Amino acid sequence: MIRDVVCTFCGNACDDIEFEGEYGRNLCPVGEAKFAKKERLKAPMIDGREVSYEEAIERAAEILREAKRPLLFGWSSTVNEAIRLGVILAEKVGGIYDQCSSVCHAPTTLAMIEEGIVGGTLGQAKNRADVVVFWGCNPVEAHPRHPTRYSVMARGFLTRSRADRRVVVVDVRKTPTAYLATDFYMVEPGSDFMIFTALRSIVNGHEEAVPEKVGGLTREELKGLAEILMSAKYGLIFFGLGVTHSRGSERNVEAVIKLVQDLNRKTRFILQPMRGHFNVVGSGEVAAWEAGFEYAIDFSRGYARFSPGEFTAVEALIRGDCDAALIVASDPAAHFPRKAVERLKEIPVIQIDPHPNLTTKVANVVIPTAIVGVEAEGTIYRMDGVPLRVKKIRESEYPSDVEIIGKILEKVV
Amino acid sequence: MSKSKVIHIKNGVVVDPAQGIEGEVMDVFVRDGKIVEESEAGKADEVIDARGMTVVPGGIDIHAHIAGPKVTAGRAMRPEDMKYARRKTGALRCAMGKVLMTCPAIGYEYARMGYTTAIEPATPALYAIHTHEELDSIPMVDKAVLPLFGNWHLTFRFAAENDVERMKAFIAWAIERSKGFGVKVVNPGGVEAWKYGRNVHSLNERIPGFDATPAEVLTTLMKASIELDLPHKVHVHCNNLGVPGSAETTAETIKLAAKVGESKDGRESLHITHIQFNAYTGEKWRDMGSGAEELAKLVNSSPVTVDIGQPIFGHTTTMTADGPFEFALHKLVKGKWINKDVEIETGGGIVPITYRAKSPVNAVQWAVGLEFGLLVDADKVVISTDYPNGGPFVEYPYIMTLLMSRKFREREIREKGVNSYIEKATSLPSLDVERTFYEIVKMTRSTPARILGLRAKGSLRIGADADITIYPFDCRNVSPEEYEVLLKGLRNAAYTIKDGEVVVRDGEIVKEIWGRTFWVNAKGVAREIIEEDLNEVFRYYTVSRGNYGVKKEWLRRAEEIAVDAC
Repeated sequence: MIRDVVCTFCGNACDDIEFEGEYGRNLCPVGEAKFAKKERLKAPMIDGREVSYEEAIERAAEILREAKRPLLFGWSSTVNEAIRLGVILAEKVGGIYDQCSSVCHAPTTLAMIEEGIVGGTLGQAKNRADVVVFWGCNPVEAHPRHPTRYSVMARGFLTRSRADRRVVVVDVRKTPTAYLATDFYMVEPGSDFMIFTALRSIVNGHEEAVPEKVGGLTREELKGLAEILMSAKYGLIFFGLGVTHSRGSERNVEAVIKLVQDLNRKTRFILQPMRGHFNVVGSGEVAAWEAGFEYAIDFSRGYARFSPGEFTAVEALIRGDCDAALIVASDPAAHFPRKAVERLKEIPVIQIDPHPNLTTKVANVVIPTAIVGVEAEGTIYRMDGVPLRVKKIRESEYPSDVEIIGKILEKVV
Repeated sequence: MSKSKVIHIKNGVVVDPAQGIEGEVMDVFVRDGKIVEESEAGKADEVIDARGMTVVPGGIDIHAHIAGPKVTAGRAMRPEDMKYARRKTGALRCAMGKVLMTCPAIGYEYARMGYTTAIEPATPALYAIHTHEELDSIPMVDKAVLPLFGNWHLTFRFAAENDVERMKAFIAWAIERSKGFGVKVVNPGGVEAWKYGRNVHSLNERIPGFDATPAEVLTTLMKASIELDLPHKVHVHCNNLGVPGSAETTAETIKLAAKVGESKDGRESLHITHIQFNAYTGEKWRDMGSGAEELAKLVNSSPVTVDIGQPIFGHTTTMTADGPFEFALHKLVKGKWINKDVEIETGGGIVPITYRAKSPVNAVQWAVGLEFGLLVDADKVVISTDYPNGGPFVEYPYIMTLLMSRKFREREIREKGVNSYIEKATSLPSLDVERTFYEIVKMTRSTPARILGLRAKGSLRIGADADITIYPFDCRNVSPEEYEVLLKGLRNAAYTIKDGEVVVRDGEIVKEIWGRTFWVNAKGVAREIIEEDLNEVFRYYTVSRGNYGVKKEWLRRAEEIAVDAC
């Protein structure tokens, strides 16, 4: 039996999986799907023709060398070791480094640049938080083991069981997570900024400034919610894309950060974004220590420049700035807006991935690799930044992302 | 490391305090990354004519936050600081950042000013994998990291029971798991109290939830470190940092060390880091003053060492495991604020600030740092800025020059417009002490090597690591009045030699190399005696015990230092 296996699907990065052959104990349904046998990319390809790894790597290096400003995108589902080489590769070819955050929690980064963030590890949810708020997120479906492992039912140091926690859910619909809640607040879509601001007013003693109704909640309901927050010995707000991707975007996140700052003048409170992929945190942090910024980094002048909206993948593609693309462990063809995908069709695209996906259909060079956390090891950062070493639990013929990107890098410098 | 390269440094003026060499013209020979006798060297592959130059051991930074989650969180929060490009990509990496820097920039800047070793002084053991990833991305220097012990539930438990034996087992286990180098303590008990929205304000206050006090935590950790014979003893960021009245807490902390006494080899039992931030008298900011003169006397007569934590006028980013301090700073400067509470072991915070010469408080801080640099015995004080808390480490040459030249100090006070409150609140304006170059070499080389217990560092003796700085001036002929010559030369080493290879020439990087990471394996204690304690506390972790820690194979060049106290 292989113990302490780290699941490489969502930002929970549960590290208590036990493998007995093909069967993984403790996996949630999403994790089971991750470890199940799936269709693989069989061999390296150039324009649909099967070739050797050497030929594919040579062609990939050639595309990147010849491009004026290639886009190097993806990264959130591979290991830090591969990401580090990817950032260096972007630097050496004068390209753009961008990662999945730019279409996900980038507003959180922008808000953090404005205000910082009051955070903690998931251990604070498990051990300490007697008020837990899920705002615009739905862990029961997106991070299935989050409530049991960390935030709702976990047996912690001060919070011993569900009974020791007041669980609040704020969302625009009654999600499955809402059924776990002590208190559920249904709010109007796009009203997060107003509600956070109203709560700040109440917390700071200016409830007279709050209108009768804000975002679908009455003043009394808002006062009740503010009371719950202020009554916490140690409170914690988890927030998701409901906050980052509704009207207001990074301004919503700024407002909730400021609310948490204010609450720390009354009691203790922290905030944690529900990050999606198991290493989306690493794909930002590695870039920050190597190049200074987390995403949207352009190296075309020989040094790093950060400009969200300019050097983010979608915008750079739509504007036609990028004349080649390297996609690692991601599927932009399935998730990007149509105009960005159309640009991907026009330019040479290299794909490095274990599995075929929609991006395979627009890729000129396809390089299959080992599955991270199943067939290849390395370091990843959980949603709270806690580093974990993912394991190799099965042998495979496929080379790792690290090997492939390392070889491409050798050929371009 | 490429082997067998022989370098002959001839005609240089050698300063090597560890051997008592105080500016003699001597030749130095290097082979296989070590300093060797002329007779062992063989034919030189490279001869460096160092006539008119000064040859010293490579610099050692005892305390700089250069790697780990808080450094990267600071970078991510401050793109306005990172956008400064120091170097374009080419044969080397591009290097970014004004005060905070990328990993390549950190390595290159150390090498340019002749520094060859740097210690990252604070990582949560939980995040040690991350910290090592960053250390492994810093080229040019040797490094090590100190895991944080001062707010760990197990530390409180063993301190409350005054159980030195289990504390020893715990330290040995934790530094092995984190591939760490020693014991770091930050605001003992205060960071745990912050999880309840509080702080601790004295050494004898009870820590919330535990029957232990900060004094008991420090004393037990010191005793355990001494008994384990760790190369570097307890490295402490004192309680009550950064507030008027902190000098008193520091004095009490020094007295605790005096009670514990010296270590087995006659070295000090406690290193008080960035003492400047913990050396203010007064009750409020309005009447704050310098406690440096009194504390310097106490340091000189006690088994403690210090580094100064000099503030540099300008903007920077504070980052420390001292969560409650950063919250107070956030309220004070009303700026952006990162906080991180880490499981049941530690925490931390980050707040950007600016040190203004015209601010009376900042002026006093600036003066206090220099007072320590001038008044503490050169065998007991190390130059630091507590990077990035006081400012960038690239300003060490500036601090060295300030300490060597009263005229330069007077010019700086005049030209920067340093608030005249320092005349009332500190002794700096009246101090006519000028450190000799020999003392400065101590404070940046032999003293940190001795405090860290790095025996192959900080000296040019036969068998030492060939980490060498050659400065482009003859230290015997530069007077304190010629501070511009000193400043320019100290900023740009004529040569930096690391592990026997020339890596810098005329202040320019000529070769990128990768240093070692030292970690301590403390034997001589039965680690099994804490098995039950560990299994119990891991029930309150969100990672399994099997996934906690770092294997040496994951590091680029790990070098084990085994100590056996038996």
